[in-house]
Amino acid sequence: MQRRRLMAGAAALLTMAGTTLAGANLAMAADKPVKLGLVAKSLGNGFFDAANKGANEAAKELGGVEIIYTGPTTTTAEGQIEVLNALIAQRVDAIAISANDPDAVAPTLKKAQARGIKVMSFDSGVAEDARTVHLAPSSDALIGEACLNLISDAIGGSGKIAILSATPTSTNQNVWIGVMKKDLAEDRFKGLDLVTIAYGDDLADKSYRETQALLKQHPDIQGIISPTTIGIVAGAKAIEDQGLSGKVWITGLGLPSELEGHVKSGTVKSFAIWNPIDLGYSTAQIAVQMVRTPDAVGPGKTVKVGRVGEIAFDDKGLGAMAKPFTYDKSNVEEFAKIF
Amino acid sequence: MRLHKIDRDVGLFVITLLLLGGVALKFPDFITPRSLADLLDDTAILVLLALGQMLVLLTRAVDLSVAANLALTGMLVALLNQAHPGWGVLPVVILSPLIGALLGAFNGVLVWKLKIPSIVVTLGTLSVYRGAVYVASGGAWVNSNQMSESFLGFIRTQMLGLTVLSWLAVVGVILFALALRLSVTGRNFYAAGGNPGAATYAGIDVGWMQFLAFTASGAIAGLAGYLWVSRFAVAYTDVAQGFELQVIAACVIGGVSISGGVGTVAGVVLGALFLGIIKNALPLVGVSPFWQMAISGLVITIAVILNARGDHSSPRRILEEARP
Repeated sequence: MQRRRLMAGAAALLTMAGTTLAGANLAMAADKPVKLGLVAKSLGNGFFDAANKGANEAAKELGGVEIIYTGPTTTTAEGQIEVLNALIAQRVDAIAISANDPDAVAPTLKKAQARGIKVMSFDSGVAEDARTVHLAPSSDALIGEACLNLISDAIGGSGKIAILSATPTSTNQNVWIGVMKKDLAEDRFKGLDLVTIAYGDDLADKSYRETQALLKQHPDIQGIISPTTIGIVAGAKAIEDQGLSGKVWITGLGLPSELEGHVKSGTVKSFAIWNPIDLGYSTAQIAVQMVRTPDAVGPGKTVKVGRVGEIAFDDKGLGAMAKPFTYDKSNVEEFAKIF
Repeated sequence: MRLHKIDRDVGLFVITLLLLGGVALKFPDFITPRSLADLLDDTAILVLLALGQMLVLLTRAVDLSVAANLALTGMLVALLNQAHPGWGVLPVVILSPLIGALLGAFNGVLVWKLKIPSIVVTLGTLSVYRGAVYVASGGAWVNSNQMSESFLGFIRTQMLGLTVLSWLAVVGVILFALALRLSVTGRNFYAAGGNPGAATYAGIDVGWMQFLAFTASGAIAGLAGYLWVSRFAVAYTDVAQGFELQVIAACVIGGVSISGGVGTVAGVVLGALFLGIIKNALPLVGVSPFWQMAISGLVITIAVILNARGDHSSPRRILEEARP
């Protein structure tokens, strides 16, 4: 820290001596690189791999940034705590985490903060006092609405629909389902009739079985919304195996690479997901600014994030990116190559 | 003794029928031919794995690594198919049990030659195999559009009203029933676990029988790896996470003794079907998801209690060495 302050002082002196601002930036970059620990919910998840891609893009753009992409092998809070402790031991400058549990990782993050490490969350947030800001991929209201728009489009505006969720206790799933229920009461979605909500626990076999049960229980169902990646993939396969492609539509949130086949086979007309590359890019941009210019990032501030534009954080430190992006036949192939 | 075992299987058969009837009362469509075919399709993998597990349990060992073996083999053949979609499904069908058998034989050698308790060996290889899935795949998924048509289509091919997947389970059951009843090796599995000391004096190498059991269980797990990945059309690292417990549960419900030497093919099939019915019925009859796990646990426990009356073997023996 002392050394950095000296360097910054030297840079300031140089600026005063008439060197350009670029010179000062050069001095910053020549300093020890900013180490950013990017913590995924679990490794081997295409979504976070794509976010990492975006973060590295930002790192290249900013210069002098090293991204340490890590995470547990299974989506547990315990695994993340181990990973966080390792990052603290490595003396990273900042940590950006997508938490498996908002509260379980909080004490460890507070420990990191106490050691001068800047902490932010992205995608899935943590307790407010354990981070400076949280960057949501999209707002819950926009996601819920997008799902309804997609299913409404697929089944032609009216019919019976069901939701295939992850676990019954999954926070973000339940918030989105809540939004959908609220929106369904509005006039523009009055043709849609939500008959039931099933839970596939994010397991391929259970999601498949639940979808089969949905189709038997409600033979007149026309559409299924699955706002979770394993659910939508397994659900689409179950519909195909029942020979109901084109009669029952499934949509929701998923990755282009995982759904390309189902879009082509005509079980998924369109689906949505926020752009994980942009999310990772923005996360890295914000985290690095937290280290280099700590005063510029915080609740109630608006932060510039390179090519993405500006993100405004509210007084609780919550910021959201844009509405989820829709993928269909026309663009799924192109994006499937990326994530 | 034999009469007693048959009694138990009949008892379980009645319990299973009652369960099926109970579900049908609430939801009549559950027992249409189509639904029953779907049920068999869904339970086929569990039936196959439970047969393999039964062999291991008969020899007083336990194989906790079946689900990890399934995941690793499934991922490997999915990657093979992705790299060489033109090779068709035949190499996959041949290779998957071979890979699985190798992984199973590794367990078997450790139990046989190094005399390490099987629960320790397979707990270790469970993590090794599951970890190897990450290494093999780099954490990435293999998705349906990356699998060839024959890879996905083979197990869905209809023959005489059932899918190939269901037929595989039927054939497996018949082969096991014949082999365990009629072949010397089959009888030796019972002897090795029922009374290892006497078996040794009778010239049966108990360790070798355990090795064979693990290899067979591994081969089945390997084949099940292909079946699973093809059925759900996705291979990822968490495939079948925790499924080994359902496999063991199917065996125990079916009356296989965890202390070795006792178990019938019919019992295991019924045990697996019983679990399959519960798993398929609970979402259908509209039980709250919060209750599903507790209810299925309760029903399983009741089935085991009903089925275990009069069984006085000591559960302590699973931790003992299976040699004189």
